[in-house]
Amino acid sequence: MSEILSGTGGAISGTEAALHHGRPRGWWRWLVTTNHKDIGTLYLVFSLIMLFAGGALALLIRAELFEPGLQLVQPDLYNALVTMHGLTMIFLVIMPALVGLANWQIPLMIGAPDMALPRINNWSFWLLPCAAVLLWSGFLLPRGGPNAGWTFYAPLSSTYGPPSIDFMIFAIHALGVSSVLGAINIIVTTLNLRAPSMRLRDMPLFVWTWLITAFLLVLAMPVLAAVATMVLTDRHFGTSFFIAAGGGDPVLFQHVFWFFGHPEVYIMILPAFGVISEVIPAFARKPLFGRISMILAVIAIAFLSVIVWAHHMFTVGMPVTGQLFFMYATAVIAIPTGIKVFNWIATLWQGSLSFETPMLWALSFVFLFTVGGLSGVMLANVPADYQYQDTYFVVAHLHYVLVTGSLFAIIAAIYFWLPKWTGHRFDERLGQLHFWLSVVSVNLTFFPMHFAGLAGMPRRIPDYALQFADFNLVASIGAFVFGFSQLIFLWVIVKTVRGGEPAGERPWEGARGLEWTLASPPPYHSFELPPSPETVAAEGPLAYGIAESDAKPDEVTR
Amino acid sequence: MSEARYFVPQPSPWPPLAALGLALTLGGIAHLLHGGSWLLMASGSLVLILAVTGWFSAVIAEGRSGRYNAQVDRSFRLGMAWFIFSEVLLFAGFFGALFYIREFAIPWLGGYGDKGAAHLLWPHFVSQWPLLEFPSDADFQVPKAAMGPTGIPAVNTAILLLSGLTVTLAHWSLKRDARDRLVRWLAVTIALGVVFLGLQAHEYLFAYQELGLTLKSGVYGSTFFMLTGFHGMHVTIGLIMLTVILARVLAGHFAPRSHFGFEAVSLYWHFVDLVWLALYVFVYWI
Amino acid sequence: MPATAEVPTGTSATGSIAQPTTALHWNLPDPATATGHQVYDMHMMVTLVCALIGLVVFASMTWAIVRWRRSEGAVAARFSHHAGLEVLWTLVPTLILVAMAIPTTRTLLAINRTAAPAVTVRITGSQWKWHYAYPDLRLAFYSNLKSDSREASRKGSGQSPAAVPNYLTDVDRPLVLPTGQDIQLQLGSDDVIHSWWVPAFGFKRDAIPGYLNLVDINIERPGWYRGQCAELCGAGHAYMPIVVHAVPPAQFEGWVAQEQRRQAAELAQAAGRPWTRDEAMTQGQETYETICAACHQKDGKGIPGTFPALAGSAVATGPLRAHLKIVVHGSQRNPVMRAFGKELSDLKLAGVITYERNAWGNDTGDLVTPDQVGAAR
Repeated sequence: MSEILSGTGGAISGTEAALHHGRPRGWWRWLVTTNHKDIGTLYLVFSLIMLFAGGALALLIRAELFEPGLQLVQPDLYNALVTMHGLTMIFLVIMPALVGLANWQIPLMIGAPDMALPRINNWSFWLLPCAAVLLWSGFLLPRGGPNAGWTFYAPLSSTYGPPSIDFMIFAIHALGVSSVLGAINIIVTTLNLRAPSMRLRDMPLFVWTWLITAFLLVLAMPVLAAVATMVLTDRHFGTSFFIAAGGGDPVLFQHVFWFFGHPEVYIMILPAFGVISEVIPAFARKPLFGRISMILAVIAIAFLSVIVWAHHMFTVGMPVTGQLFFMYATAVIAIPTGIKVFNWIATLWQGSLSFETPMLWALSFVFLFTVGGLSGVMLANVPADYQYQDTYFVVAHLHYVLVTGSLFAIIAAIYFWLPKWTGHRFDERLGQLHFWLSVVSVNLTFFPMHFAGLAGMPRRIPDYALQFADFNLVASIGAFVFGFSQLIFLWVIVKTVRGGEPAGERPWEGARGLEWTLASPPPYHSFELPPSPETVAAEGPLAYGIAESDAKPDEVTR
Repeated sequence: MSEARYFVPQPSPWPPLAALGLALTLGGIAHLLHGGSWLLMASGSLVLILAVTGWFSAVIAEGRSGRYNAQVDRSFRLGMAWFIFSEVLLFAGFFGALFYIREFAIPWLGGYGDKGAAHLLWPHFVSQWPLLEFPSDADFQVPKAAMGPTGIPAVNTAILLLSGLTVTLAHWSLKRDARDRLVRWLAVTIALGVVFLGLQAHEYLFAYQELGLTLKSGVYGSTFFMLTGFHGMHVTIGLIMLTVILARVLAGHFAPRSHFGFEAVSLYWHFVDLVWLALYVFVYWI
Repeated sequence: MPATAEVPTGTSATGSIAQPTTALHWNLPDPATATGHQVYDMHMMVTLVCALIGLVVFASMTWAIVRWRRSEGAVAARFSHHAGLEVLWTLVPTLILVAMAIPTTRTLLAINRTAAPAVTVRITGSQWKWHYAYPDLRLAFYSNLKSDSREASRKGSGQSPAAVPNYLTDVDRPLVLPTGQDIQLQLGSDDVIHSWWVPAFGFKRDAIPGYLNLVDINIERPGWYRGQCAELCGAGHAYMPIVVHAVPPAQFEGWVAQEQRRQAAELAQAAGRPWTRDEAMTQGQETYETICAACHQKDGKGIPGTFPALAGSAVATGPLRAHLKIVVHGSQRNPVMRAFGKELSDLKLAGVITYERNAWGNDTGDLVTPDQVGAAR
């Protein structure tokens, strides 16, 4: 606790002087920063770079799958490509991007000067490039990169895995530390640093979803660390957690892994839900429909996500009562998720809609995430899942929820807040081009996979029987268009960072929230003093649709 | 006036250095596991220790100079509580594995339950816990006996419970500004912790050498050493932290009404104590 | 009805009739078991329900987007609640899910019921082939991907997959099963987790090392049914298909008797024949191409970086002791090269090692005897 000395007067001005004196510049600034905006930028830039790395792996995969027969890679390398694609996209792209958005936006949205624990914030970020190096170094080792899938089931990973599996395990440990500390930071910031007049229930949805996500992270990541450690000891120290001859069970791995794994996928989607709940009201010029039920739905989803893990394991031979329980629990998650989709539609209903780039991405999220969600309902049906499990049907589902879900929401968020961060408007036509190319090609890529799976194509195969050829051809073409379209995104970002029409405080006239009361870009210390209750109220959840000049405090606080 | 402002630290080199240190340490362990030298791990650990020391020194200095108001204090408390929660989940993963093995895997291998067909593959296997005879002895070290709850484990339970009491007494002494008693109770806590570790080490030696109970002793050995091993690791970390606290006490740090550092470490020590109780019941006893 | 599944009838001994396999299948294949029918029905139910829900969502989204555009002068309403609607869209999905859960639960319980089977088959997956054994009938054999598929798949082979009938889904020895009888499959694995999947049967089940998964099936009609391994199991995951040849019970009895006679004759012949170099090379080549070529390839050149070449290798041309050790006991460094001493007889091992030491220009001139193998165990 603060060791109170007498006479703190002198200490204050000394603090402030120290804060502004000698602020580092250049590359050193990025290394030692404790500023949430800098760290947010670091996370986002890192995840953008890794998006292209993981994307390159995807294009190699799709290039190999373009036609039957092996043309480019040997099967072991193919398995490493698939593994690294999954690990990179999940741990080095989606999660860091969402944390980057959290870092930028949470203090701005709650009226805080920074995150609660700024140095831990820095540590959380810089662990990521280190972990990325550990992970990717696997490609250079004997027997190549980790090749047991991102799910690294035992005993393929434990007994039969190459040396790079160990580096993967340690990378996972580093990523876990980063995520848990980042989550703790978000919890503490949200609970402790809100503007005094902002009650929990007044918080923007993006902050709410991140608070819930942070709880899930603290719950799930240590369990991943535990199971990864068990794989490590089975590999090197003679333990037999996953070896029947010693009394163990390979399926134990799956239980512990998916106890982490299922909350993990909700960790990747809940903040995305939060983004959509920010963007749609802004461009519909209408308050979010059913705010409280939106919050309760997220809480319900989070609770449920902890008891459904074995729906990834319906074919392992689980006792039937187990299969039934997990099926029912999984089906229940559809209800709060459906509520959210209906509430977004109701927000649009009788609104005043405009279709700037962020809104395009948000609308396509609602359409396409719903596709992914519905294929999830199909997968929850155990007898049907006996056919879908481990086929391209699952690959289709997961990419709809993660790409047209999480990634599209991240892109929407970046287009939405980039003017605030940089002070410049972006080129709207380029944004639209990026959108249309992406949304068409992403469906070309992943929709055929539903059918490939139903037709009988298993996952994680470098070569396939001829009846799957047409689906794969279309998917590969779509993938290449989608991949290269993201270069437009890179160009837009670079261009906007460099310059552009001044954005002003509120580039989107319909947007509400404390971040829009600050200059664009915001000052170094964001809110040095918390915003006034009037400001908080004027930017509150019901302020949407009311012209700023007409806003009366009563109207918006209810 | 400073009460109105939340303290935001200056840019700091310690976090990126700690990131590098942790990564080098982890990479170094991987390197070591593949026949490489231990130098990488050692240098990584050194960098990490350096970074952590610098970082905590900065925090302590800031705290003692009055930069932290009540809100910052609350941040630290919340942070520590959630950190400990994440540690609980780590142990939950291992306990979960133990539960599954005992309730499902071993009975199945022994022929009981829905997946008892496995017994066809291991017709001579008898389902029991602790598992002293494996489905296949081929690659595993057969132990002579399990680690029961009597003897040293019981003593260790008493020691840890006692140390939980002594650290609380130390806390009360601090709150009453009774510095001598504070030092004494803190020192006793550390001593008890050291004795605990020593006894555990002795038990491990006994297990390895006399009982033939090792990490390689099938899933009983695996779960036993994994759970008690991680616990021992956490006790060690706790003792290091308690020692640092003792040194700070001797240097005159901490005041009766503000001593978050002490409370954080004390909370950690109680957590370590509680995990031991769970261990004692589920690993040694039932 | 789904699109035509490629289930040819009236087949040759190996059933590899060239089928137009480029026909697009949009749905699950025609089911051939009761389980398959039930699973198909569940799939159609859930597909239709989800399609309908999707339609409602898309229609209302589209309507909102078209109807309330700012550019057309729409002024936003201010409502953010509607208790009735909110209750409705909580209750209706719940009811739909409950309604779906009832037949699903019934189906699941029905599928997982086990009865006293007429035939038991022990199926063991390994990297990268399936082993089929009929414990009561004293029959057992490996089922490998056919070499024409393997060749056409190989990088740089110059052979087109389109020229191979049932590309990647054909084997040298299919699993033969009787129709109309309860069959119990006992699924296990020798190494990693595999998964046995024949879509027409309506299920897949994992093959887990050290455990057994029991599944009951009853195949409705004769035919050839193809599937693939459905759990990532290493480099050869795409190369271990499943082919079931379902025949009427009388034909099955005939096949069993024929196989039993054949295996007995083989053993007798092998025991009786003198163990010459030619004998060893012939038997060894057959074993090699069934078991070893999956990794080391037919030409002994392996796959660089993954599977070492045997042609010109130090092991295959160097001291016999080391060669025997690695084949019989497996590789210390790389568990993927497992201990074949467990699954192959002294005779088979002697043959294959002889073959490896003399084929592809290795020409050591060695003739390995079954006794030498026995001594190396």
